[in-house]
Amino acid sequence: MSETTEQKKPAGRRKFELDPRLEKYKGVWVFVEHERGAAHSVSWELMGEGRKLADKLGVPLAGVVMGAPGLQTRRFCQEAFHYGADLCYLMEDPLLSDYRNQPFTKGLTDLVNTYQPEILLLGATTLGRDLAGSVATTLQTGLTADCTELNIDMENRSLAATRPTFGGSLLCTIVTLNYRPQMATVRPRVMSMPKKDETRNGTITEHPLGMIETDIVTKVLEYIPDNLAGKPQLPFADIIVSGGRGMKRPDNFQLIWDLAKVLGAEVGATRPVVQAGWVELDRQVGQSGKTVRPKLYIAAGISGAIQHRVGMEGSDVIIAINTDENAPIFDFATYGIVGNAMTILPALTEAFRQQLATRKVAV
Amino acid sequence: MHIVVCIKQVPDSAQIRVHPVTNTIMRQGVPAIVNPYDLFALEEALRLKDKYGARVTVLCMGPPQAEAALRKAISFGADDAILVTDRAFAGSDTLATSFALASAIRKIQEDMPVDIVFAGKQTIDGDTAQVGPGIAKRMDLQLLTYVAKIADLDLNKREIVIHRRAEGGVQVLKTKLPCLITMLEGSNEMRFATMANMFRAARYPLKQWDKDAAGIEDVTKIGLKGSPTIVSKVFAPQPKSQRAEIIDCESREPKDLSVTLLAKMFTRYPNLAEEIGKNAA
Repeated sequence: MSETTEQKKPAGRRKFELDPRLEKYKGVWVFVEHERGAAHSVSWELMGEGRKLADKLGVPLAGVVMGAPGLQTRRFCQEAFHYGADLCYLMEDPLLSDYRNQPFTKGLTDLVNTYQPEILLLGATTLGRDLAGSVATTLQTGLTADCTELNIDMENRSLAATRPTFGGSLLCTIVTLNYRPQMATVRPRVMSMPKKDETRNGTITEHPLGMIETDIVTKVLEYIPDNLAGKPQLPFADIIVSGGRGMKRPDNFQLIWDLAKVLGAEVGATRPVVQAGWVELDRQVGQSGKTVRPKLYIAAGISGAIQHRVGMEGSDVIIAINTDENAPIFDFATYGIVGNAMTILPALTEAFRQQLATRKVAV
Repeated sequence: MHIVVCIKQVPDSAQIRVHPVTNTIMRQGVPAIVNPYDLFALEEALRLKDKYGARVTVLCMGPPQAEAALRKAISFGADDAILVTDRAFAGSDTLATSFALASAIRKIQEDMPVDIVFAGKQTIDGDTAQVGPGIAKRMDLQLLTYVAKIADLDLNKREIVIHRRAEGGVQVLKTKLPCLITMLEGSNEMRFATMANMFRAARYPLKQWDKDAAGIEDVTKIGLKGSPTIVSKVFAPQPKSQRAEIIDCESREPKDLSVTLLAKMFTRYPNLAEEIGKNAA
């Protein structure tokens, strides 16, 4: 993706013919990321997107699984089939037991050069971004980071990858015309999780890594798992109550915590609130924070700037409270209350408390 | 030891506004700053300089006015600064940018070999996190991204041990120099500029390199020509098909309002009441 988008003139719908050498690149691939025995959910979210792209193009969808030999990698292939893959490329080698840039870059680059996909998708995680940037440079092809929407431009069968630009105030669609594969990364939770179909199956193609340990310069000395106890887990929360600058003062944020407590919800915030130090960084929702997809998102004193919107618009139901009736958040919220969050939040907390109490009695 | 720190001058995105009618970016008066993520890289380089002794060269690609970013870096304590600037770079995407920066670093090496290249985790305008890995691959440097801490550096053995942020944990990695490190935000805190360094920054004879000075011969690798990605469309986010259902606030108490909202919501989304109940329990 362009670092200097501002200097580019949009290319528009230019006529274009694919270099004949690139025509044999066919199929959509999703890199299946896993760590410590579990596949990252972003891989399955991408598999759902990849399925749609492959169907539009009329080509197969493949999962790429790389890891140490064992039952685990086979299980990831099966899961890939359940989530929509038609086939899997499997690279097993003890050297791939921990993520290291060098062997993974070589392995994935070799697979691409051998089996030639037209599209390669990876999760925009620390692993995915490290690997995607290295592979794209090695293959000398285009890579679009942090996409929020993937589509096929049917006119030239190219991947149209949309992402926020200019610090999130605008969106841009990026294409990679005469290079293959077309690569893109998508952040976790941006795409919805596809339905699992356990009756689906597919074929596995194995391919060797072809490296020995002494080829690899970097050694893993240790892996220290995060202590997640007490840490907010926004990306997978079912209910989130968030506050923005409209909460005016840090002590007003207590009203957000009060409502969250009644609902058993996580507390989220916008970037200005996090930067002001009212809540910790882990609670930031938006482009430079977490992407969330809760069943209910309550936004208090949040104007709905695109930087925040891209992180939460996948929520099922959004309740927005804002004093400004023209605030952009009312353009995409489900319910809007034009009013002062400081007076409405306590009333809302009470209404939920009563609703929950009646429900308990009814049960 | 010789350290190169790659920095970028970016518009302060917090202050970018979109014109409400024309949907175009309003650039006027938006201040340019050093990409905040790059400051963590620069500070880490300066800490290595304090501890082990090093020459710190800052490198920036951008328009002539990006010299302000380099002078800022000198004021924090960098030794040298090079601005790579040429009209031919206009329109470069990350692949073309990493090509240009890698060429410039090779040119810098002619003077003194480079042991560590630092970069920020990503920029706040492009947000791609791709240029660092790109430079590493082009120069065959060991790539260490999302580094939270440099635990050990042995200049005799030319080995470095770092803590890398991974999904769900921290990897402790040992590798050989030369390497490229992208620093994680919050890993350190930028020092204050000293008076002496501020004077030095003001008087520092900044080096400006055009593409030839940066050792770039193949112009098909830079600018629009060298960029596989093409921006086909820039647009403002569209409102969803339907606007929020506004719960009428005229002449209503917050309590009444809240009860009405919940009633409406649970009628339209009957499962939600169940979900909330489960969640609260």
